Amino acid sequence: MAMNHPPVPETAPRARRGFVRSRTLAALAAGALSATSIAVGVASASTHLPSSGRRAPRVAHAGGFLACEVTDTGGINDESFNESAYNALKAAKKVDPSISYTYLSSTSTSDYVPYINDFVNKHCGIIVTVGYDMADATAAAAKKYPGQKFTIVDYEYTPTIKNVLALHYDTNQDAFLGGYLAAAMSKTGKVGTFGGQDIPTVTIYMDGFVAGVRYYDKINHAHVVALGWTPAAKRNYASGSFAGTGLFTNNFTDQGLGKTDAETLMAEGADVIFPVAGAVGLGAAAAVKQAGPGHYMEWVDTDGCISAKQYCSLFITSVTKGIVPSVETAVLAAAHGTFHGGNYIGTLANNGVSISPYHTFASKVPAAVTKELAKIKAGIIAGKISVDPNSYPAS
Amino acid sequence: MTRTETGPPPAVAPATAVEPGPRGEPPAWARLARRLVEANVAVVTVLALFTALVIGAILITATTPSVLHAWSQVGSAPGHAFYVTGATIGDAYGAIFTGSVISPSALGHAISTGRGWTGAFNPISETLVKAAPLILAGLGVALGFSTGVFNIGAQGQLIAGAIAALYVGFAVHLPIGIHLPLVVLGGAAGGAVAGFIPGILKARTGAHEVIVTIMLNYVFLDLLTYLLTSRPFQQPGQSNAISRTMPATARLPHLFGSTLRANLGFVIALAAALAVAWFARRSTLGFSFRVIGANQRAGRTAGMDVRRVTVLVLVISGALAGLAGTVTLSGTDFFLSTGYGGNIGFDAITVALLGRNRPLGVVLGSLLFAALDVGGASMQVATGIPIDLSSVIQATIVFCIATPMLVRELYRLREAGGGSIQLFMKGWSS
Repeated sequence: MAMNHPPVPETAPRARRGFVRSRTLAALAAGALSATSIAVGVASASTHLPSSGRRAPRVAHAGGFLACEVTDTGGINDESFNESAYNALKAAKKVDPSISYTYLSSTSTSDYVPYINDFVNKHCGIIVTVGYDMADATAAAAKKYPGQKFTIVDYEYTPTIKNVLALHYDTNQDAFLGGYLAAAMSKTGKVGTFGGQDIPTVTIYMDGFVAGVRYYDKINHAHVVALGWTPAAKRNYASGSFAGTGLFTNNFTDQGLGKTDAETLMAEGADVIFPVAGAVGLGAAAAVKQAGPGHYMEWVDTDGCISAKQYCSLFITSVTKGIVPSVETAVLAAAHGTFHGGNYIGTLANNGVSISPYHTFASKVPAAVTKELAKIKAGIIAGKISVDPNSYPAS
Repeated sequence: MTRTETGPPPAVAPATAVEPGPRGEPPAWARLARRLVEANVAVVTVLALFTALVIGAILITATTPSVLHAWSQVGSAPGHAFYVTGATIGDAYGAIFTGSVISPSALGHAISTGRGWTGAFNPISETLVKAAPLILAGLGVALGFSTGVFNIGAQGQLIAGAIAALYVGFAVHLPIGIHLPLVVLGGAAGGAVAGFIPGILKARTGAHEVIVTIMLNYVFLDLLTYLLTSRPFQQPGQSNAISRTMPATARLPHLFGSTLRANLGFVIALAAALAVAWFARRSTLGFSFRVIGANQRAGRTAGMDVRRVTVLVLVISGALAGLAGTVTLSGTDFFLSTGYGGNIGFDAITVALLGRNRPLGVVLGSLLFAALDVGGASMQVATGIPIDLSSVIQATIVFCIATPMLVRELYRLREAGGGSIQLFMKGWSS
């Protein structure tokens, strides 16, 4: 390669050295130009700041309302709650075009505080934060800036904070329906679930799923077994502790782990798999597809036939969490002056959680099962059917 | 291919390029001019930064809708297209600067009214906060590199340090004057233990430290994940994977008042840089580190204990990474979760490379990287240009620094006579 030639010898033609000099000069001139450009930028950026009055009202986007999201360390494309919250901002803009939105993706827990501060200084109409990881940072900022509206996904404050709307979801209710449906569709008498991590937002799904399977067994005198999650017999269910033991990938991104776990469950006889692990579920889908006919799945969080289209033919249904509608509602409320802080709980009753349409399984799910699911849904809403797995005997 | 790069410097023939002075030496201006066109450390670094800014500017031009729109109408308003391009690039780089160093207008406002100092100095404070762990972990990696040991495990070591510091933080109850130093020492010890493992494995069995340290990153991350959901680390009353918080007596004091997050962590980082500089240049042990880094066989022949040095360098490197984990925990975060530490352990490798394994270089490189990160977020908020631009700039800088011959060819620089670029990095198979 050219790099191997020796240093330019002194006998080299003068033209060559002249070239050297002119290139260098050009570089220096360009450098000066870019320095000037930066200086101009600094000056022009400065003019955006108020010149008088400490709390001079500033409108970030002329005449508009700005919704701002700080993601947790999963990032904006996590195929999970960060992305759903962002989709909610987009949805809000569709409803009210005067709304604009932006986001910052945290790469470490240290980013939460400065990023929230950046958005407070930007005068965002509402700041959306995501997950229990950001709960302390959000509460501290809410206390420091009482006039700033916040909403946080997947968390619940006790006591509530008046300028924070905390959104959380009783996903064991729709997972109960998912568990019942899985048990009804299983030919082998075994269904399986696994989680991304042993944390409440994950295990609440697994808990409801297992409860649904047990309920199926009870009313149909069947013996379908749920693998992958064993709820603890003694626990404080009311306090939101979904204690138990189960199968976890301890990772929300490595699809290979999802594939391994799904293969393990199928090797033990399960023919319906319910992964609760975000993008890791895609690995499970690959395994289920490989296993061939007679092996199905249920997707989690969002409608899989939309978010993971390529595997739609495998999904009996999806056990969804209404992050998009609830965040969208919070943003629109803040934009239209009807925002109230506190806690919001998504349930089957308020459609904050639900199971999605069957899509390709519309003709395969027996009508009797669909009818029974509607009855169960009404029973859960009325409080007549418990979603606690310990209410039913295990097969 | 790189033989000529790392070989001995060429003979001083080029000195005759300029008219010899009265005593046979070229005049001062000529020497300066010559230094400016040769590929020495300073020139290559400045040109690397410059190249990165140019590439960033091209990306901004090519991806910003308003700029593209202006160029689509270049026929009717050519001046406007250039104006929009210049203004957008200027706004973006300006926002990085005002977001990471200081905003002149906010400063002016604070000076004229006597209020709003926090807002004016917050950007530089945030840069110092972000730089502190990078400096510490970067020093550790750099010390390893210059001794011929590739510590890719800074991420795991900083997690180990943070776990140890957190434990000392919540399990011990003491007044701050005793508690805080104990927490810091605990963090360093945690990192040192994590560094000792690959060190002793390499010294005893010859296990390659690159493999072992990379794998240990996963071990410590999984250990953290486990601890976060088990007692006594998990926050009481929480079933989420989140740790207890640091008590007030285990938190690093703020440097400039409670509203700015800049804390003692940055001072610790600077002190560590001084200590490493002294250690590497002035101490006997540091001398043997350098000798073994330059030529292991020569060191062994001179009676140096290569095994002992291998273990020690990884222990010290790990302790520095452990400190990096501690200053973030005790300075700003106060709790651990699975997202703790982000990419610091890997950015540390980049920073060590950028700083050419020298303490001052690591400090300056870390400040630059921290400023680009902090300013990048402000830029995204202010202008809508994604923060990824900062990553592109960082990556391009490192790319240019790591391949000095590329910069030399690109700008037609002479090869440096003395003090040329030599990365103290020997082959991976050494």
